[in-house]
Amino acid sequence: MSAAASAATRMSGHGARVSLLRRRADRLGDRAMFGICLLAALLAGGTIFLVGYQIVHGAMPAIDKFGLGFVTDTTWQPNFGKFGAGVLLFGTAITSAFALLLGGPIAIAIGLFLTLLAPKGLAAVIGPLVELLAAIPSVILGFWGLVVLAPFVQEHVEPFLHDSLGFIPIFGAPQTTGLSVFTASLILTIMVIPIIASISRDLFRSVPPELQDGAAALGATRWEVVRGIVLPTTSSGVIAACILGLGRALGEAIAVSQVIGAGSEISANLFGPGSTLAAQIALQFPGALTELHQAALFYCGVILLVIGLLANLLAGWIGRRFGYGGAVSR
Amino acid sequence: MSGALIPEPTAPLTPSGNLRRRQIVSRAAEVAATGAAVLALAALVLVLWTVVSRGAPAISLDFLFKGYPEGVGPMLLGTVVIALVATAIAMPVGVLVALYITEYSGAKGAGALKLILDLLNGLPSIILGLFAFVFIVKAQEKQTGFAGSVALAIIELPLIARGSQEVLQLVPKNLREAADALGVARWRTVLTVILPSALGGIVTSTVLAVARAAGETAPLILATSAFDPKKFSVNPFEALPNVPTWIYKVSEEGNPNGYAEAWGMSLVLVAIILVTSLGARALLARSKRKLSSS
Repeated sequence: MSAAASAATRMSGHGARVSLLRRRADRLGDRAMFGICLLAALLAGGTIFLVGYQIVHGAMPAIDKFGLGFVTDTTWQPNFGKFGAGVLLFGTAITSAFALLLGGPIAIAIGLFLTLLAPKGLAAVIGPLVELLAAIPSVILGFWGLVVLAPFVQEHVEPFLHDSLGFIPIFGAPQTTGLSVFTASLILTIMVIPIIASISRDLFRSVPPELQDGAAALGATRWEVVRGIVLPTTSSGVIAACILGLGRALGEAIAVSQVIGAGSEISANLFGPGSTLAAQIALQFPGALTELHQAALFYCGVILLVIGLLANLLAGWIGRRFGYGGAVSR
Repeated sequence: MSGALIPEPTAPLTPSGNLRRRQIVSRAAEVAATGAAVLALAALVLVLWTVVSRGAPAISLDFLFKGYPEGVGPMLLGTVVIALVATAIAMPVGVLVALYITEYSGAKGAGALKLILDLLNGLPSIILGLFAFVFIVKAQEKQTGFAGSVALAIIELPLIARGSQEVLQLVPKNLREAADALGVARWRTVLTVILPSALGGIVTSTVLAVARAAGETAPLILATSAFDPKKFSVNPFEALPNVPTWIYKVSEEGNPNGYAEAWGMSLVLVAIILVTSLGARALLARSKRKLSSS
């Protein structure tokens, strides 16, 4: 009896010790788990600041030398140590605006097609195919632009537009190579379409069907349902999607540098060569020998970083402010 | 009452006037939307067709496995090594960030972290190239595959983190509650219940991120572009040959002699990227469906 009792107390003592150990291990484990996760989160947050700091740090010599005037100055002469980003900023604005004006409506139309027109089975095939367009590496798209698209544009599209609409300055005399702001804009258009299309498709899907059915029951045609119900309820999200597409177009370096023809002047003519902030970095950085040249390219990076972050923040803000949640990460 | 106001009762019902115009507008909009989809598909088909038709003649066993100039084996190997190192950096961090968002941070912290991840995702890749250059290449005074991997890891990180977070959030609440009811510590629940049930989705998110990073060129131009195309190397601490910068160089030189090889490499790269991303997408959709239905 007493032996059994003492055995029982020993057992329970043993059990208590085990559970105490286990509780200690668990407390330690919980803390470690939390600590590691927190560390990773801090690392992710720190990365963005580190990137920003390093880019600004790299640009410091140019920032000291040129100040804010760099942004509007239009001379870029590495041999004379003169740098200004005016031409590049202009090229960036023109190509991205063109890509957005052409690609945005097409992408939104694709979103509408996928949600409202296409049968479910067809939409399930075409949707992913359009997104595949975004999976093609930019260097290959640019290579295709250089070898296939540019000669075609130079032989057929540019002369046609110049002959029929040549009285508008932007459709000036074509160059001989087809490497032009126009070709670069077309490539960027191909790149922004999948981004805007897939986000707007998700948005259009979220429009309550009762609203659409109600409009249709009142006799609205399909277009009137879109115009009166679908687009107004999703407009803020669609704008956010377009800004995200714009951010993508602004920052694309590789494909643009392959087809834009490396021009160095501001010209209204879309069919002439040009350059953008991002393309200039890709084109000139490997050959930049002086420290100032490198720093000037870093300065371009700073401008790009600021514009890119602003575009993303703006898209996110519009999304939150006007009730449109995710779909940002793709 | 003239007879003209009363429609002929036996006449077929056809729209007229305003209704007719509205229907024509609607029809035109439908045609335009379909046309837009056809246009995008045409662009995809044109690009892929060019890559396949021009790349296929270059493909052979020698092309894939021998050094330059017979083949492009070193570039393919280098690309794989750079992507693997990048993933080895980005995957643990990404999954842990996702765990932090779903398990530990409150709603506010989660919002801030998601914003940071989206901003990281929106960084132009050339910026990350500049970063890798000034942070690693310039500091070590030599180009390394590792510098490229770091830049690619920053590209992969937000994709992996956001993808994993979405999957982790789908893990059914009752699994978690059952573990809590049994008195299981949080960290044991995470390691033995939550992570295993989300594993499929996490892996496929990672594969998607790798497919996206494998074709990135801009960072590699600054990080690892001066390499020896004859030498097979898996050492990330020297300049590694890789496919994207090679294609870029060929197109920059504009020398058509190199085009055949460049198209061959494009085909290999595109084939790998498209197959893995299509496969991973399908698997991801399946594992998400499974998680939300259980």
